[in-house]
Amino acid sequence: MTKIGYYPGCSLLGTAREYDESLRAILPRMGVELVDVPDWNCCGASSAHMLNHELSLSLPARILSSAENKGITDMLVPCAACYNRFVMTIHELNEDSKLRARVADITGLDYRGTIHPLNILEFLEKRTDAVKAATALPFERNVACYYGCLLVRPPTVMKFDRSEDPRTMDDLMSAVGANPVDWAFKVECCGAGLSITSPALVGKLSGRIIENAVKSGAEAIIVACPLCHANLDMRRSAINKAAGKKYTVPVLYITQAVGLAMGLKEKELGLHRHLVKVRFPADRGAAQAPTHAQPAADSEPAQTEEA
Amino acid sequence: MSEFEPKIIAFVCNWCTYAGADLTGTSRIKYASNVRIVRLPCTGRIDFMLLMKAFSRGADGVIVSGCHPNDCHYTSGNFHARRRWIVFKSLLDFMGIDVRRIHFAWVSAAEGAKWAEVVNSVVNDVRALGPYDGYKNLAPIAADWRIQDAG
Amino acid sequence: MSRIGVFICHCGENINGTVDCAKVAEAASRVPGVSHSVDYKYMCSDPGQSMIKEAIKEKKLTGVVVGACSPRMHEPTFRRACAEAGLNPYLCEMANLREHCSWVHEKSEATTRKAVDLIKSMIEKVKLNQPLQPIKVPVTRAALVLGGGIAGIQASLDIANAGHQVIMVEREPSIGGHMSQLSETFPTLDCSQCILTPRMVEVAQHPNITLHTYSELESLEGFIGNFKAKIRNKARCVDEKLCTGCGMCAQKCPTKKISSEFNAGLGMRSAIYVPFPQAVPNKPVIDKDHCTFFQKGKCKVCEKVCPTKAIRYDQEDRIIDVEVGAVVLATGFDVLGTDFFPEYGYGRYKDVINGLQFERLASASGPTLGVIKRPSDGKVPETVVFVACAGSRDPAKGIEYCSKICCMYTAKHAMLYKHKVHEGSAYVFYMDIRAGGKMYDEFVRRAIEEDDVKYVRGRVSRIYEEDGKLVVKGADTLLGHEPLEIRADLVVLATAGVASSGAEELAQKLHVSYDSHHFFAEAHPKLRPVETNTAGIFLAGACQSPRDIPETVSQASGAASKVAGLFSQEELTREPLVAVVNRTAPPLYSTCTGCGLCMPACPYQAIEMEEIRTRDGTVVKVAAKVNPGLCQGCGTCVALCRVKAIDLQGYTNEQIYAELMAL
Repeated sequence: MTKIGYYPGCSLLGTAREYDESLRAILPRMGVELVDVPDWNCCGASSAHMLNHELSLSLPARILSSAENKGITDMLVPCAACYNRFVMTIHELNEDSKLRARVADITGLDYRGTIHPLNILEFLEKRTDAVKAATALPFERNVACYYGCLLVRPPTVMKFDRSEDPRTMDDLMSAVGANPVDWAFKVECCGAGLSITSPALVGKLSGRIIENAVKSGAEAIIVACPLCHANLDMRRSAINKAAGKKYTVPVLYITQAVGLAMGLKEKELGLHRHLVKVRFPADRGAAQAPTHAQPAADSEPAQTEEA
Repeated sequence: MSEFEPKIIAFVCNWCTYAGADLTGTSRIKYASNVRIVRLPCTGRIDFMLLMKAFSRGADGVIVSGCHPNDCHYTSGNFHARRRWIVFKSLLDFMGIDVRRIHFAWVSAAEGAKWAEVVNSVVNDVRALGPYDGYKNLAPIAADWRIQDAG
Repeated sequence: MSRIGVFICHCGENINGTVDCAKVAEAASRVPGVSHSVDYKYMCSDPGQSMIKEAIKEKKLTGVVVGACSPRMHEPTFRRACAEAGLNPYLCEMANLREHCSWVHEKSEATTRKAVDLIKSMIEKVKLNQPLQPIKVPVTRAALVLGGGIAGIQASLDIANAGHQVIMVEREPSIGGHMSQLSETFPTLDCSQCILTPRMVEVAQHPNITLHTYSELESLEGFIGNFKAKIRNKARCVDEKLCTGCGMCAQKCPTKKISSEFNAGLGMRSAIYVPFPQAVPNKPVIDKDHCTFFQKGKCKVCEKVCPTKAIRYDQEDRIIDVEVGAVVLATGFDVLGTDFFPEYGYGRYKDVINGLQFERLASASGPTLGVIKRPSDGKVPETVVFVACAGSRDPAKGIEYCSKICCMYTAKHAMLYKHKVHEGSAYVFYMDIRAGGKMYDEFVRRAIEEDDVKYVRGRVSRIYEEDGKLVVKGADTLLGHEPLEIRADLVVLATAGVASSGAEELAQKLHVSYDSHHFFAEAHPKLRPVETNTAGIFLAGACQSPRDIPETVSQASGAASKVAGLFSQEELTREPLVAVVNRTAPPLYSTCTGCGLCMPACPYQAIEMEEIRTRDGTVVKVAAKVNPGLCQGCGTCVALCRVKAIDLQGYTNEQIYAELMAL
């Protein structure tokens, strides 16, 4: 068993419990064991960096330093928002030694720079072979891989994949037998930042993502971020209302999709927690790959019904 | 007391870094005034005893900068300099001169901004290392040299 | 005892603004050996030079130090002034008080102190300078022109018309370059091929021009006036003397589905092919990677149908040696690859094309015979979106520079489209319109006002395909940042112009400098725009940075006139900055021990071993000797010599140590 540091953040203990559950379910099959960061705190995402710059760095810095003190070098951060904060913090602290000293002063802990946060896609990509080997029931579905904004932006700091057209998740889904569709909204904004202030706009933005995924023939949308999931799954009724349609396409965390391919039970993967039922068109065996030039018009009626 | 201002001597190649430093000037990019440039035809011309002389004359840091690998105006001078540096490094170590006081860079004629960056970072690094005083005891001898030279 | 004159230039306010020049001159006057020290507003001006000349005569100066701009700028000026006053020019040195001091530091004590240091160090150096005589070298009156686009063509014709031999090398099977691919040219809308092909023919027929197409430069050695080049003539597999260019081979070739380079991938060609009908020379080549015979061992259809039996499957590459006195680099540019714009679907959607492809669509000789048809289904597009600055001026894409030609050709494209499809709508997304040039802005205005091209100031964030249309998402920043979506049939990206593939390797072969984007660097951005830092090698056209045809042509003529100027000299003088192995009186003869380590270190094979003999012929010593004709003065041998028997004139050990001691 390889041990790896783990920072779940608040989402994975709350709204995204199934993300945590599915992750913990698939890890033993890949020979990985999680070591929790001791006494962790909020990463500050979504509010701190809007309000107080020092606080927005000190919160993640404290977590990074505690993890370093525990001897953690690789730290898995499944939540894309947390991951983004960690990478941004490391970037800023490395750029500015005065700031680094100031932050160390605030947290009372010295950040040494030995720790390396990993997002879920990086983590799984490194273990593609293990994932492949553990695949028992190939996930033969057309899937739209939705990366959202936080994993790839800003590109000069995140330095993850190709910022406008990332491929890591598509490759991983291919590895478990799925057929990633070519679609246009891979990194489009879901509106998470406006969740509280302007929910109607979120319905519209997220709705466009679902619309394009369905039009491209996707039978499931795969995500790697609790905020993306919340918007595409939890807000489905608002989305449907705004669109005047009834989209039924399920939204799965990549860990859940991989878990299904490994033959794990729905309950183990927390699929029952979703608001949009995880159901696939039953009659389709091996999924047909629609090309980008001809959006699979035939799959559309199966996915949407006029409300 | 004001902050220690290190003295930096830069040995640069006429074709790349000297021209690059000219471009820094033409572009009006500001950098620390601690550096003094010695123009040479090529980094291959740099006898490493020149570096020792610079330290003996009170330099706190040295920059050696020339053309990028494969871009040497004279085909291979920069490779000679690089090889020589590898050997020279252990000699420095033996003599107790901190290797961090010597900075190797490739700055082309088109990299005016890079030259300013190199100078600033070396000045900062050497400032952190503090003054180089290893040769202080030898100063009287060096002064003798000077008198003979001036004649 | 030395009598050194020091002259500090204010360069108007350029130096004096941050450096206290009077103080520098005063400090210099107190250095032992300095007998004259003044400062003046413009040292390079006539009165300034006269001051130097008079001082040399009056004070019998033995050396001169000018504290002014970079020696790369005015060293020749001041050395000439010294020579005119009877002082050996190599007894004059410059301290770089402008580029290396006043322009890069704030006004302060420290800056003046640095200026004083720089002056002092040059005073110490000049005390040890020796009078030197320039080396005279012969000049080969032939020029090598690399690249057969409009830049190379213009430079070659100008040099050839001046009566000198030109050897032109083009790596493609035909000359013509990108200009031959263009439909019409801005701002006049005259047909590109109509104005170019006569020039191409002139090149082929010019008695002074030797043309090597389908060839590349293998190596270049030597120096100004005396270069030796090796050219690789790639095997065409066709005997050019026998071939009449009838085209039967290409017609009958069974492999016809190869993407045509000339048509920017929008058309097909055969395995044996002439890139385009007006190609010069009009002789085909066999593309070995696609030829059935070379791949599978049988076919030979072309050999059977060739009426003159010109096909030579066994032809091999030939290496040709030429001697030239000057080189003109005119290797042009490329357009950015498809990998660059995943967000625009370039390379993924057939109907997202680049500007060069649009040129082919609009060209009467193109794959659609000049009808604008979109590549996916051949439909005439009703809505076309043009995206300017696709890659250019975008630091996130690693290209900070403006590609310069796109504003104009995008306006031209939109205009051509509207001329051909009257009822169609054309949109242009742009950042700024940069239309500086004669009749350029008028041209863009015409596109907007007369041809009703809709200009939208804003960038495109994404392009995706939906229901057979390309959805172009952007914002109109002049209308309150309103998000905008245009459902287009065709999208044309004005992709950034980038350095030609292989530019970096070529620069390394020639030892010319290049920038981080692999464009070749000029010797001075303003005053020496067609010269490189390597004497005798000149630049023309887009290999230096993206530029349009008029600018390319004038630069090519500029380069040609530099070459002609060079060739007008009987012999060239070369800086005598060469290495010398010392010779002393017997019984030592030289401090050289003859170890020979310097020989392999010399990149020019300029060092040989000399047997020193007494009068009766007995060998008493073997010592190294530098051939001053070959030595380029890099000084690698000097640094290497264990006994310091070699020294470099102008940069002697003594001089550099003296310089250092003063710093």
